[in-house]
Amino acid sequence: MSPSDLYIIPFDDWVNFLVRDWLVPNFRPFFRALQVPITLVLNWLDDFFAFVPMPITTIVFALLAFKFAGRWMALFTIVGFIFIDMIDLWSETMTTLSMIITSVLFCAIIGIPVGILAARNDVVWKVTRPILDIMQTIPSFVYLVPIVMLFGVGMAPGIIATIIFALPPIIRLTNLGIRNVRADLIEAAEAFGSTAWQMLTEVQFPLALRTIMAGLNQTLMLALSMVVIAALIGAGGLGLVVNTGLGRLDVGGATAGGVGIVILAIILDRITQGLGEQNAVETVSLRATLASLFRLRPMADETKKAG
Amino acid sequence: MTAKLRVKDVYKIFGGDPSLALERLERGESKEEIFAETGLTVGVQDADFEVEEGQIFVVMGLSGSGKSTLVRMLNGLIKPSSGAILIDDDDVASCSADRLRQVRRNKISMVFQHFALFPHRTIAENAAFGLKIKGVKPAERRERALAALEQVGLAAWADSRPSDLSGGMQQRVGLARGLATEPQILLMDEPFGALDPLIRKEMQEELLTLQKTLKKTIVFITHDLNEALILGDRIAIMKDGLFVQVGTAQEIVSEPADDYVAAFVADIDRGRVFTAETVADAPAALQLKTDSAEDAIKNMEDLNRNALYVLDGDEIAGVVTYQDLTAAGRENGGANEAVLNEVLITEYPSTDPDTHLADLYGSASAGLPIAVTDEENRLVGVVEPQAVFAQLSNEVTPNGESVEIPETAKTADTAEKPSRKGDAA
Repeated sequence: MSPSDLYIIPFDDWVNFLVRDWLVPNFRPFFRALQVPITLVLNWLDDFFAFVPMPITTIVFALLAFKFAGRWMALFTIVGFIFIDMIDLWSETMTTLSMIITSVLFCAIIGIPVGILAARNDVVWKVTRPILDIMQTIPSFVYLVPIVMLFGVGMAPGIIATIIFALPPIIRLTNLGIRNVRADLIEAAEAFGSTAWQMLTEVQFPLALRTIMAGLNQTLMLALSMVVIAALIGAGGLGLVVNTGLGRLDVGGATAGGVGIVILAIILDRITQGLGEQNAVETVSLRATLASLFRLRPMADETKKAG
Repeated sequence: MTAKLRVKDVYKIFGGDPSLALERLERGESKEEIFAETGLTVGVQDADFEVEEGQIFVVMGLSGSGKSTLVRMLNGLIKPSSGAILIDDDDVASCSADRLRQVRRNKISMVFQHFALFPHRTIAENAAFGLKIKGVKPAERRERALAALEQVGLAAWADSRPSDLSGGMQQRVGLARGLATEPQILLMDEPFGALDPLIRKEMQEELLTLQKTLKKTIVFITHDLNEALILGDRIAIMKDGLFVQVGTAQEIVSEPADDYVAAFVADIDRGRVFTAETVADAPAALQLKTDSAEDAIKNMEDLNRNALYVLDGDEIAGVVTYQDLTAAGRENGGANEAVLNEVLITEYPSTDPDTHLADLYGSASAGLPIAVTDEENRLVGVVEPQAVFAQLSNEVTPNGESVEIPETAKTADTAEKPSRKGDAA
């Protein structure tokens, strides 16, 4: 005897009705329009990385790694990228890189403002929190189907799936970072007559930047882990290599794609981590960051002194 | 005398509908009873005071006494449950958010217990924070920040980070940040509480030195009665959100309002509270040209003193003791002006009216009365050595007059030599 003997709720029918008969016919153009900016950024990045010759991309990434993660990471970057090129996965890797950068960019554009709002308003946080919980726990296969129905197949829908999966950490950590700014600093800023905007830009955001960068790093890692799944709905790149290998029981091909993802993941992880730590010690202006990017002298001792 | 800051019937109730607690307070219920029955916490009750322009008003209380709540109401960081807080004509308790922001930007600034410096900014940027918020241009901002840092002796550190500085230096930056916007009122919330004792003492002295030139209206919060007594032109002792006593350092030490205050006062160094003028007697000086040794002896016997000062016109000529006079009298057989001259001790101890008793121990131990002089070196009073020790041991002297400020000394002092407190007035 269980409640199901009495009545079976047609939950699946309800969802089917909601998505197929209501969302898709009524809102498909709206969702289609949503992917326009994503496609735009993605295509631009993809063209860019396809245009820049492999050695130059490698050198730029090696320099970034050197600046933010030390000389060993720079060496790893060079060796790793050469290896990828030599197993003939360079263009796929660059496609994946464009997809990752696009997803992380949109995650930041959506996530940081939402995180800020959530930090400053308990109601927003109370509403946001369960949504984030759902986003993080719901298996991504569940939303792949409605995404295909609403957006179709291809790169942009793959990126949208990635954004849904990778968005929570940056919102959570932006919220956390801003809420954790010392209360006496907030009080000080208020006592000197700050407006809400001044409070945010002068005190809260700079002091939360380290935590926000940690969130960005997490988002990046999650985005990388979605590469293979996104390939299921038509996104290309390394994920496609893995999926093809899987379909043909081609262990070698799948492993090659996997190794490419791992190498890319390690390099991007270390660079963004280093970026976050650097920002915590000193808030560097955009100009200073750009200037120091092209300076080869390591800044390790300066950073230590300031810390 | 103008009141810069007027606080009228201010109450602060935490935790819900304040009217419940306000009613009960009116019926005379205590803070504990109200908390037990309603769950409301009485932060501050019936705060009613004025702070004169240029005065240091110290609020002293232990943790939980409501002093931090009180100071935060003065710049609107905490809204009072009822009452008015007037800075000039702006009521901080009820004005619009925009008006409040203007008041904070232009009239009132704050120094915090744990410094609250921004770790991501340099010292100069920290000092310039208030100016940046006000929208002052970068060049002028830096110039004024450097000027403020100069005042606290930290201009050389302008481009360092707060983490490079010691606690005392960080609080100087906190002070510079508070001063840079040139506010009229400075709120200081236990500013020296987190510093070690030697640095704290140094900072107290520095604040007093700065105050001589700045003449800001300062509300200073502390849990240290000694600090309150050293700094305060007026002191309020706070307990359970209520002012137990408000008065000058000397009033609080000599006439504690209740056992609570008395318990605090018991441990303090009275020598650093009372000044020479508080124990000074009328000079009752002799004139070198006109008074004879006989007059001198008669005066001493009448006044029950062992020594008297001798003036030559307005100038102090020296001091004569009963012992020397009688000894000389026996030798000469007759008393005259020559004798007065003969026994005159010209190496006499002197002090100004604001000197603390603690600094008079040395002079007092010589046994001679100490001359209290004004800035033109005229005798305005004398301090008998026993009066110093009687005040220190908190005993009223036998004739009962030495704890009173002699009328002559007092008027001469306020009229001709305004003290620090006189300045404030």
